Amino acid sequence: MFTLAIRRDDWSLHRKGAIDQARHMEKVKEAIKRNLADIVSEQSIITSDGKRIVRVPIRVLEEYRFRFDPEAGRQVGQGSGGTKVGDVIGRTGGSSGPGAGPQAGDEPGIDYYEAELTIDELGELIFEDLELPNLEEKRLRELESETVRFTDIRKHGPLANLDKRRTLRENLRRNAWRGQPRIGDFANEDLRFKTWERDIKRESNAVVIAMMDVSGSMGTFEKYVSRAFYYWMVRFLRTKYDHVDIRFIAHHAEAKEVSEEEFFTRGESGGTRASTAYELALQLIREHYPPDSWNIYPFHFSDGDNWPSDNDRCRELAEELLRCVNLFGYGEIRQGRYTYHSTLMHTLQRIGSPKLVTVTISDKADVYQALRRFFGPEVGQEVARA
Amino acid sequence: MTAGALRELERRIEQVWTIGERLGLRPLPVHFEIVPATVLYEIGAYGLPGRFSHWTHGKAYQIQKTLYDYGLSKIYELVINSDPCYAFLLETNTVLQNTLVTAHVMAHADFFANNAYFVQTRRDMVDIAALHAERIERYEFEHGKAEVERLLDAVLAIQEHVDPSVPDGTKLDSSVRSRRMQSPYDDLWALDDRQSGGRQDEEHVTKRSTLTPPEPVRDLLWFIHEYSPVLEDWERDVVAIVRSEMLYFLPQIRTKVLNEGWATRWHARIMRELDLTPEEHVEFARLHAAVVQPTGRRLNPYALGYALLCDIERRYGAEHLFLVREVESDVSLIRNYLTEELVDELDLYLYERRGDELVVVDKDWEAVRERLVSELGGNHIPVIVVEDGDYLGNRELYLRHIWDGRKLDLPWAEKTLEHVFRLWGRRVWLETRTDDGTEPLRLSYHAREGHRRHR
Repeated sequence: MFTLAIRRDDWSLHRKGAIDQARHMEKVKEAIKRNLADIVSEQSIITSDGKRIVRVPIRVLEEYRFRFDPEAGRQVGQGSGGTKVGDVIGRTGGSSGPGAGPQAGDEPGIDYYEAELTIDELGELIFEDLELPNLEEKRLRELESETVRFTDIRKHGPLANLDKRRTLRENLRRNAWRGQPRIGDFANEDLRFKTWERDIKRESNAVVIAMMDVSGSMGTFEKYVSRAFYYWMVRFLRTKYDHVDIRFIAHHAEAKEVSEEEFFTRGESGGTRASTAYELALQLIREHYPPDSWNIYPFHFSDGDNWPSDNDRCRELAEELLRCVNLFGYGEIRQGRYTYHSTLMHTLQRIGSPKLVTVTISDKADVYQALRRFFGPEVGQEVARA
Repeated sequence: MTAGALRELERRIEQVWTIGERLGLRPLPVHFEIVPATVLYEIGAYGLPGRFSHWTHGKAYQIQKTLYDYGLSKIYELVINSDPCYAFLLETNTVLQNTLVTAHVMAHADFFANNAYFVQTRRDMVDIAALHAERIERYEFEHGKAEVERLLDAVLAIQEHVDPSVPDGTKLDSSVRSRRMQSPYDDLWALDDRQSGGRQDEEHVTKRSTLTPPEPVRDLLWFIHEYSPVLEDWERDVVAIVRSEMLYFLPQIRTKVLNEGWATRWHARIMRELDLTPEEHVEFARLHAAVVQPTGRRLNPYALGYALLCDIERRYGAEHLFLVREVESDVSLIRNYLTEELVDELDLYLYERRGDELVVVDKDWEAVRERLVSELGGNHIPVIVVEDGDYLGNRELYLRHIWDGRKLDLPWAEKTLEHVFRLWGRRVWLETRTDDGTEPLRLSYHAREGHRRHR
């Protein structure tokens, strides 16, 4: 016996699949967050124009169980005839799979998802709890920045605030419940509106002075790391704050102020006198950023390979800087090779100011740690306590 | 699908059924339903319509959906083993495609009805699964989604370790206590007895000896359901739910090659009996070829099963096929019927990883056969038994991996032990062997102390 029924039942599973998929994606995002340190220093992201979607390779969320070692032993395969012992039938690794998007790995034991994110989404994950530490409300030129924050979704509201995506979804859902999974026949009950709150942030003026060592001793790795750090720093400042000035200083034996574009692209060479950068920073502060009106944050990235005769001068100028800034961040990039003690780091550390935050970077993944070290939630407290 | 096409399909289905029955198929009744692809891959991802929610199902769904969206995979049909069977046909298929699918479905329904491994499956599983889903949803409401998710994470990690020969609701025979005095830990028990003043109160002994099964128990879920010291009633219910659904799926895992081979053999046979137009004939031939073509280097169960059954028919006659359909599983099918000629004809081989290359290393037919047996029919799941639920007199759980020469993925085993610990609440042990198989190796896990390895 059989019956043929054209039934379009209300498969409540319809929503179940989408909901469980959303939960899966949430877990994928959590996994991305756990891997941020690696992702932050991805070459493809730093060199992108910041607008496009990036693919972040992460391992699929494993469903652990007792299983045999997939690397061990032999597997049965099937050819299309005439396969001989010794034939190479495939390769592991690489992304040779077809198509894009999530794909089941083709080889035993290596399953990768490529999660697609916009740089902004990625930034959101990275910047979630970062802030300019120790930000003070300064006396003069205090600004009120008003932002509109969409906080809720309602069923009524002005048509201009119609949330089209949610409205479509409601319509689709309602139709699906009636057994017609399609979009159309909009009714008032489908409409969803965004509502908002005026978010008045009392925000003070802040200036970030980004200093970078571009001398000959800075190798590819060192330059890459500094730029990766500053890339995210700039994005972070522009995402989170409306009014932050950023000034770029490149230095070798001399320092000069450069444009953002130059800062991120130009290569230089020559010896290193870091004091020139600090001098220029102080000059900028004197001319444009009086400390009683401005929160000031100088950062400096270098391999620490400074002219020894210049170190005392650096120390003097750094002390002067520390008297007028909220925080001075120094990052020293040492890829395993500098273990001697005459680096700029040691000169600066002798100052012993709580406003001086230093970080050593020896691996790409440390870029993320540096961001957290300078802008993480603990930093402000530390500085304030001291 | 137009009304005309539908009527045409109905006519074809009647023909298929008439031919199939004349040739000896005795299927369960089948309800057909024509659905869009979304429904098809949803049910495919969940295994059953209306099944409970969990992110792993969402992951399967996402993979199905992506494969479909990119045109990498197309599910033509889906049959649920129930009485009546539910068969889902893709609405975008042509009448001829759906006719072929119908013949394929009829053979699956016949297989469900007659294969020995399916005799005990619950034919009302669709309804049961929906009830399960409702209960789990209620638990989510009562105990929070996150809590239920963590529990399901743990239960699903060991869901494969069920044993259909352990009937539902049976306790271990508490009269058997023999093991207690034969274990290598007798001296420890003695210590314990001395501490409790030599008292041998009957309840104490009974409790411990039931926790120490006289024979190793292969059904982890059952043992945990019965004896976990920490699970609450609702948590035990979740364990029971997963177990009963797994018992339902188990025969499908054991007979994948045979079942698909059977369905493929029959759709080919029945389609040849239909009076097709020449164009339809070409379309059919193309479809059938697509079903049985090798899929890259991975084994195509349709092709393997189909080739085996055709070979059996050639060697033993068509009648013999019905016996095979009744009594065999994938493992016995391959043990009994795979021949050297067939291995050669199908171009089966063994390959392994060398550096980043996958290299063919063996074409010997017996080696291929043995390897197939270890991969198919559920033999890809390591056998893990409960040896002791009261290990060291401390209600620690002692599991043993029955060694068959294949080593466990130890990092995964450790992660899985964490899940077992979630369910057992006391230290859990797993005995296996070192990489070369010579030395016993024991892993243990306790949340406070993390993982340990013991030689």
